[in-house]
Amino acid sequence: MARTTSPGRLTCAGLGKRFGDHAAVTDLNLDLAAGQFLCLLGPSGCGKSTLLRLIAGFETPSSGTIRLDGRDITAEPPHRRPVNMMFQSYALFPHMSVAANIAYGLNRLGRAARGERVDELLRLVRLDGFGARRPDTLSGGQRQRVALARALARSPQVLLLDEPLGALDRALREETQGELRGLQRRLGTSFIVVTHDPAEAMALADRIGVMDRGRLVQIGDAATLYERPANRFVAGLLGDVNLIEGRVLARDAAGIATVETPCGPLLAAGQVEGACVIALRPERLTVSEDPGQASSSLTGQVLDTTYLGDRVRTQVRLADGRLWRVSAPAGSKTMPAGTDVHLSYRPEAAWSMPA
Amino acid sequence: MRALDRAALILGLGFLYAPILMLAVYSFNASALVTVWGGFSTRWYGVLLADGPLLDAARVSFLVALCAAAIATILGTLAALALDRSGFFAGRRAFTGLVYAPLVMPEVITGLSLLLLFVGLGLDRGILTIVIAHATLGLGFVAVIVGARLRGLDRSLEDAASDLGAGPARVFATVTLPLIAPSLAAGFLLAFTLSLDDLVIASFVSGPGATTLPMRLYSQVRLGVNPEINAASTLLVAAVTAIVLTASWLTGRNDPV
Repeated sequence: MARTTSPGRLTCAGLGKRFGDHAAVTDLNLDLAAGQFLCLLGPSGCGKSTLLRLIAGFETPSSGTIRLDGRDITAEPPHRRPVNMMFQSYALFPHMSVAANIAYGLNRLGRAARGERVDELLRLVRLDGFGARRPDTLSGGQRQRVALARALARSPQVLLLDEPLGALDRALREETQGELRGLQRRLGTSFIVVTHDPAEAMALADRIGVMDRGRLVQIGDAATLYERPANRFVAGLLGDVNLIEGRVLARDAAGIATVETPCGPLLAAGQVEGACVIALRPERLTVSEDPGQASSSLTGQVLDTTYLGDRVRTQVRLADGRLWRVSAPAGSKTMPAGTDVHLSYRPEAAWSMPA
Repeated sequence: MRALDRAALILGLGFLYAPILMLAVYSFNASALVTVWGGFSTRWYGVLLADGPLLDAARVSFLVALCAAAIATILGTLAALALDRSGFFAGRRAFTGLVYAPLVMPEVITGLSLLLLFVGLGLDRGILTIVIAHATLGLGFVAVIVGARLRGLDRSLEDAASDLGAGPARVFATVTLPLIAPSLAAGFLLAFTLSLDDLVIASFVSGPGATTLPMRLYSQVRLGVNPEINAASTLLVAAVTAIVLTASWLTGRNDPV
């Protein structure tokens, strides 16, 4: 078991970074409680890696502050920050052995203590006996674990991981996700992982921060982001979604709004007023030929049905011509193309967002 | 077509290397006449080893080459680091040009300008002035070789080192320097051979008592070519070839693992 760390509370306030005319990060506020596992999710170029480099100290912010346990570390150089980073390329020193790589940050310790700590870390990442090897003689998965051990060696208050599983193949990635999660729980260190893979973010993190064009668009747990996305970007990023634009007409006591749409009035949860977009996940919709069972005015025609093993996907062309996808559990009754159908859903499963 | 290619290759290589080959062959000539073959002999190498002034010149050449290459390596590496690391500073392009200029500058002009400088400074011409001149010549080459290596270096390695608590000096000593070391060695060897080869610049900036090997050979040739010169030249060519091959092998090893 590794030395216990004192996890840090990380606070970014009004953080901004410009490269010339390009704003990589804009007015970003983030409060990470000690011991939390946060994923920064977004497409490439959204500023998530820049944010990580700002926290590590490799970039100097153009505006704003970074605090760790209340202490302002904005101006501290990387080698003085109690924060460590695992690099996307792993950045293992090619001219040093595995043990020397892991021991690099431990030069303040005595020789004996250093050796002990290296052994402990090698055990932690299940690489006992690999200390004398050179990084280029290791497999991708082993290199990833060396990089992790090296980043954990100094018991950082916050560990930053830049696409830590990006270079691994799929089977190894899923296995490593579990290990990373278990490790974070045992060590209690705050982790910030950058990823572009929504499934990975959902599998790993307590909280997910979605970034888009340098801004933190929404932060919350996976269920909130999936069920209650802040906008259509977040809705689309976390999974397949059906969208329809409309205008809120009225709202009942339970908060369910009636929305005027090109396909007639629809019910949806949410707080927006005026122009809005309704998001409906394919698995929250059901199709039926019988209008009596339908809870909405949505009608359409089956375009095709695809059997996907664990589920059946039906494409439906709505009255106004838009194409929606409906996902049903495997074994559901399939309908031939051309069937006229009614779509139904529970009103709280539909989410209205600002247009 | 293939036969034509081969003929072109032989012609080209012959054009380049026939004179040197001839030189090497005639250095083993038993006859004292340069153009008449008198059988195989190593006697001229013996004569060479007994030629005091020539050996003195060789000693001067090696000393100068060693000092000049060391200075060129240090200054050239610093220049390469400055060009690679300091991002976009004002005059960066001009500075790059200035570092590389000696590479293409006619040696006569380099020699003449250095001579004027030394005279202007009142510096006595001798071994020191040749060392300074040759360091100037080699610096640009070292900067080019080390610069190429720095550009190929994964910057995240240095980031990782500083992330792990190493200050700038430790990062340089434990990560940057070991990883660019092969290019430093290659640059040193190239600067060394440039100095060993140079006749023109050395002639301009040398003074009494500081005669390099190429200068000595040139002055002897003016009195008439003899097989001893062939022997000395052959040794010089062999040394330079060995050093250049080592240097190119060092730069070729791009991943120091």
